[in-house]
Amino acid sequence: MATASIQVSETPLVLYALRRADDALILGHRLSEWCGHAPMLEEDMALANMGLDLLGQARELYSYAAKVEGKGNDEDRFAYLRDVRQYRNLLLVERPNGDFAATITRQFFYAAFADLYWRAMMTSRDTTLAAIAARSEKESAYHLRHCSEWMVRLGDGTGESHRRAQAAVDDLWAYTGEMFAVDDSERCLIDAGIGVDPAGLRPRWLDTVSEVSGEATLTLPKNDWMQQGGRDGRHSEHLGHLLSELQSMQRTFPGAAW
Amino acid sequence: MTTQAIPLWEVFIRSRNGLAHKHVGSLHATDATLALQAARDIYTRRGEGLSIWVVPSGAITASDPSEKGMMFEPAESKIYRHPTFYDVPDEVGHM
Repeated sequence: MATASIQVSETPLVLYALRRADDALILGHRLSEWCGHAPMLEEDMALANMGLDLLGQARELYSYAAKVEGKGNDEDRFAYLRDVRQYRNLLLVERPNGDFAATITRQFFYAAFADLYWRAMMTSRDTTLAAIAARSEKESAYHLRHCSEWMVRLGDGTGESHRRAQAAVDDLWAYTGEMFAVDDSERCLIDAGIGVDPAGLRPRWLDTVSEVSGEATLTLPKNDWMQQGGRDGRHSEHLGHLLSELQSMQRTFPGAAW
Repeated sequence: MTTQAIPLWEVFIRSRNGLAHKHVGSLHATDATLALQAARDIYTRRGEGLSIWVVPSGAITASDPSEKGMMFEPAESKIYRHPTFYDVPDEVGHM
């Protein structure tokens, strides 16, 4: 009954686009889980807006991956018909929402990275990636601003909000290193002026995160040991559950449209 | 309710072609910065605005609805205050 997963020809450029698309889709889906559940209506809308920004980014990147691959796949097939091991997103973005502090901290760590990443990609030799980056950068810049404001208010708020924000920082820190990792597949694209070298962005990311954390009276962990595996399809147990919900309709009713 | 302790703000948006900021609604936020961001997220999702004002609802002094007879009815009988008794020359065009 369930539809079989598709095969993907992961050339370096296809893989590159899929990794960024998967980051955006999975994080956007996580934010969509807040819809109707946020602490207040205003923030419910803010989280949904960010989720929709990310969904838009994912769609453009999937479409580009499909075009580059040229095997008849499209954005829907990439999103709905790949198994968990075929997903290439960061482990950070699949972390469960937890409480509001955990969601904001996860978004803050990612947005502080994405803002720098898209800005750097605007000068990519690949004109499609450069165009996607130009649009995404404005969205990420706002996500970063919004989350920074919340980090300060949670960290420097009440004893309870501080405790929760610090717990989120401690819990998610080990998932931040993967954003800056580079493998051989990406190295060739970076050398060709198509991809962005994320390792070079880490000092500025750390500046932003340190500055906001300082204002928020939060302490960044000293621990440098980092989780990895998402980029190669080795995920935590959480992604499978997320995908089972995200994909259930298309897996059960193949090609359903409305 | 969590919102009871959170201040109310009135939101004014200047649209793309509008000259003045217009009142569009209200929202809850703990401070002005978050109120501005919430206004952006709630009231400009469909490209409605180019500029936002947020004002604490408590800063607005409003007329009393029970005094509307005294306040507004006297103006209703003064139709001569409307500029409808003039002949506008064609050369003036659209005013």
